[in-house]
Amino acid sequence: MVWDEFKDTAGERRLFQRRALVMLVMVFLVLAGLLGRMYQLQLVEHETYTTLSDKNRVQVQSVPPPRGLVYDRSNLLLAENRPVFSVTIVPERVDDMAATLTGLQAILDVSEEDRQRFERRLDEYRRPFEAIPLSYDLSEDEIARLSVRRHEFPGVEVQAELVRHYPHSELTAHALGYVGRINRDELARIDPVNYAGTNYIGKSGIERFYEQVLHGQVGYQNVETNARGRILRVLERENPVPGEDLQLHLDLRLQRKAHELLEGRRGTIVAIEPSTGGILALASVPSFDSNKFVTGISAREYRKLSTDIDQPLFNRALRGQYPPGSTIKPMMAVAALDSGVTTREKEIWDPGYYQLQDSGRRWRDWLRSGHGWVDLIEAVAESCDTYFYEMGVEMGVDTMHHYLSAFGFGEDATLDVSGALEGILPSREWKRANRDEPWYPGDSVNMSIGQGFFLATPLQLATATSLIANRGVWVEPRLLKDIKGERSVQEFLPAQTHKPLTLKNPDDWEYVIDTMEAVMHGAKGTARRAGAGASYRMAGKTGTAQVFSLGQDEEYDAEEIRERLRDHALFVGFAPTDEPKIAVAVIVENGGGGSAVAAPVARELFDAWLEDFPAADHAPLVEPDADGGSL
Amino acid sequence: MAGVKPLAGQPNSGLTRKRNIWNILHLDPVLLSLLLLLMGAGLFILYSGADRNLAVVEAQAVRFGLGLVVMFVLAQFEPAVFRRWAPWLYGVGLAALVAVLLVGVGAKGAQRWLALPGLPRFQPSEGMKLLVPITAAWYLSRYYLPPTFRRVMIGLAIVLVPMGLIIQQPDLGTSLLVGMAGIFVVFFAGISWKLITAFFALVSVSAPLMWLFVMRDYQKQRVLTLLDPESDPLGAGWNIIQSKTAIGSGGVDGKGWLQGTQSHLEFLPESHTDFIVAVLAEEFGFIGMLALITLYFLIILRCLYIAVMAQDSFSRLVAGALTMTFFLYVFVNIGMVSGLLPVVGVPLPLISYGGTSAITLLAAFGVLMSIQTHRRMITA
Repeated sequence: MVWDEFKDTAGERRLFQRRALVMLVMVFLVLAGLLGRMYQLQLVEHETYTTLSDKNRVQVQSVPPPRGLVYDRSNLLLAENRPVFSVTIVPERVDDMAATLTGLQAILDVSEEDRQRFERRLDEYRRPFEAIPLSYDLSEDEIARLSVRRHEFPGVEVQAELVRHYPHSELTAHALGYVGRINRDELARIDPVNYAGTNYIGKSGIERFYEQVLHGQVGYQNVETNARGRILRVLERENPVPGEDLQLHLDLRLQRKAHELLEGRRGTIVAIEPSTGGILALASVPSFDSNKFVTGISAREYRKLSTDIDQPLFNRALRGQYPPGSTIKPMMAVAALDSGVTTREKEIWDPGYYQLQDSGRRWRDWLRSGHGWVDLIEAVAESCDTYFYEMGVEMGVDTMHHYLSAFGFGEDATLDVSGALEGILPSREWKRANRDEPWYPGDSVNMSIGQGFFLATPLQLATATSLIANRGVWVEPRLLKDIKGERSVQEFLPAQTHKPLTLKNPDDWEYVIDTMEAVMHGAKGTARRAGAGASYRMAGKTGTAQVFSLGQDEEYDAEEIRERLRDHALFVGFAPTDEPKIAVAVIVENGGGGSAVAAPVARELFDAWLEDFPAADHAPLVEPDADGGSL
Repeated sequence: MAGVKPLAGQPNSGLTRKRNIWNILHLDPVLLSLLLLLMGAGLFILYSGADRNLAVVEAQAVRFGLGLVVMFVLAQFEPAVFRRWAPWLYGVGLAALVAVLLVGVGAKGAQRWLALPGLPRFQPSEGMKLLVPITAAWYLSRYYLPPTFRRVMIGLAIVLVPMGLIIQQPDLGTSLLVGMAGIFVVFFAGISWKLITAFFALVSVSAPLMWLFVMRDYQKQRVLTLLDPESDPLGAGWNIIQSKTAIGSGGVDGKGWLQGTQSHLEFLPESHTDFIVAVLAEEFGFIGMLALITLYFLIILRCLYIAVMAQDSFSRLVAGALTMTFFLYVFVNIGMVSGLLPVVGVPLPLISYGGTSAITLLAAFGVLMSIQTHRRMITA
């Protein structure tokens, strides 16, 4: 060791000692500072951090209520809840998301759509460690394949949830509606607390109208979780209140019958029980599988349905707006009698056409040779257009509008039918507003036989027919019949608003019903073939609505023009006439004539309802697993 | 010569010390018992921090054993041996650091390891924690102290070159520890307070420049997250928020051993490595932290005593710098876990799980024990 300079060893030692003392003081101060920090965190702010720690550990979890079930009038299940398994991913636990998704796609049936939807959700705001669903409705094979290779996919879990299922989906799709995944708009509307943990909401029909009743009240539980969100134990639990079970007036057997009768055609049937207003059948054919909409239909399938020329997604019963044609004649008869423009005795001469002024435009009667002298009974039974042309002009639009409004045309008169349209009941004001033209007498001519601007839905036609069957007593159409449990149906069903339609001579109801009976049973009744051989009396009216209008003197051959341009066949009616149990409106699109096509359909429905079905009528809702009762 | 005489007030005479079993073994009993106490407590906490994983505890115990052997072996050498070898090993270390940058291996964007054929994978920067202060002490103690300005600059160069190489890996935590170890040497050597003031002024000027031109994004992120951890509660801020929650919820006497919810329910990240002190704070509360910090203080006190008692400048500088490096570990780790300092990957000495740091630390204590136990032989 070479020391090339003189070293002051003692001086260096003293220097070091001073420096070491400085360091010792610093060490002491710093360590005291650290302890001070601990004092601050552990004593001063202890409460805050205890709360944070508990918030970490204890999580309030919502327990979604099971959705209420829906039964038909004889307690057959129409909508139930089924466990469905889905794959969810907790993004925080996944190291390589792309690899995980690709790996899952290799063993599961994960569509590109599922993956894109998942990736969208990843970018949106979400709670930390929240599981995001990737793919729904796994098959048992898929569950097995995933569980074998589970360890390769940290953060991936299989979750079970209860999902709506419609056992008779095609039959009930239009009557019940369906639920679907909550979308962004609905998310903004619903109560976030009550819908925490719920993924589905009523999108249409009963499911939509009674959403609040069916949904129930959310429950919650306090659970201890680890950082990965795995539940270790339940600390406290408040059970959810399940949604109410609903019983509908709908009769599955009649609904099925209606679908069978319309099989292979496009059309709609609405059947109402006049005394209760209960909708017994609400068929729109073709229909669709509503189960597909629950977990999310693929874009391809949806496109197929929505572009189908037969429009299976279109609810013809509620939203199909058709010219009512001759089916409006019984209501017009009521109007004409009560307003005094005609009497039971009055006869008019039908030369086969109606002319407003001499040498003016002629409105053809469907019978080109004319009916000759006709009274009101014959006018309805034989569907004489000329008679009603004259009545219409004499009543004028205001009177017709007054009476037809009282029958529920031009409004949605239903209590709980979601999505029903109003049709068009024309008036002076309507024409001025929509056509910017005054009302011409010719418009009254068209309106008198349910043509021109006049449009009505099958549900409106059935409702008006039901009002005749009730002799003017209004009972608004409704689907809900009963609610399981203690709560009363009146709590949920909107109140009635319509006043009864009282006639100056109440017996005119019977007279008009007689004219409708003559349609079914009279010697010249247009639907006499459909009415023949029945063990009960029925009342009805046929109708034919033009799909496109013909010039005044044009003739056409129904066989020659394309099937889809053929007339719609219409029928309204009820039975039995003295104590009506069922009122129907039948429309077969492009079916041709009402008497040949629509009336026989109605007859079969009457037979089924009045004779074939056992009186399963009005069995009360059975409480499943009734508990209690014993002491 | 003043250094030859035993210091006034020193209880043991040279003769008794020579016969002392500890002097024959070249171990310092006080320091050794404090270290064993610390390591024992460390294993105990590690069992909880690793969520009752005995394999982790066993692996750590094996490392401690290995480290104790290294400590024992180093303690047998005279300090002069370190002085002779330090410059050469320092040169080898620099070469290794350059090699790391060229052919090193690593993970997560950092190249820290050297895998030479026939040798186990090792991290050259770890060895520099010892070699840099020893080499700086070798250089400065060759001349009279306090050193001239020129020698201070050369001493700093000895520190800054490896520091710069380590930053390139990049490994900010290690480079700071290496750099600080060297700077402590310069400080103990007696650098003037004027220079120290100037140094701090330089730092405060260069900090913004470092921010703009030197620091990597992840390092900036750490600083930003420290300033406002709530700004990224699920990302970079998660660790700090969770560790503060663990510490704070521990209260005065803690939740009890193995009862920490933050660590056992996996909210606390790195609960058996860098953040293990939060486990201790959560389970043993303020009392536990008081005990731990007191234990560290006693160890530092003993080491500073050894430094002051050392009989030549080289030994004093080495002992002082190694002690302060040990202190720095404690300060940076606890400061980081309690949210006072940015999250730099510095383990809690002899408690955190991890091999290299435990062995390096025990090697440093071996050097300290060598300084303490060879005193008589040099001076007698």
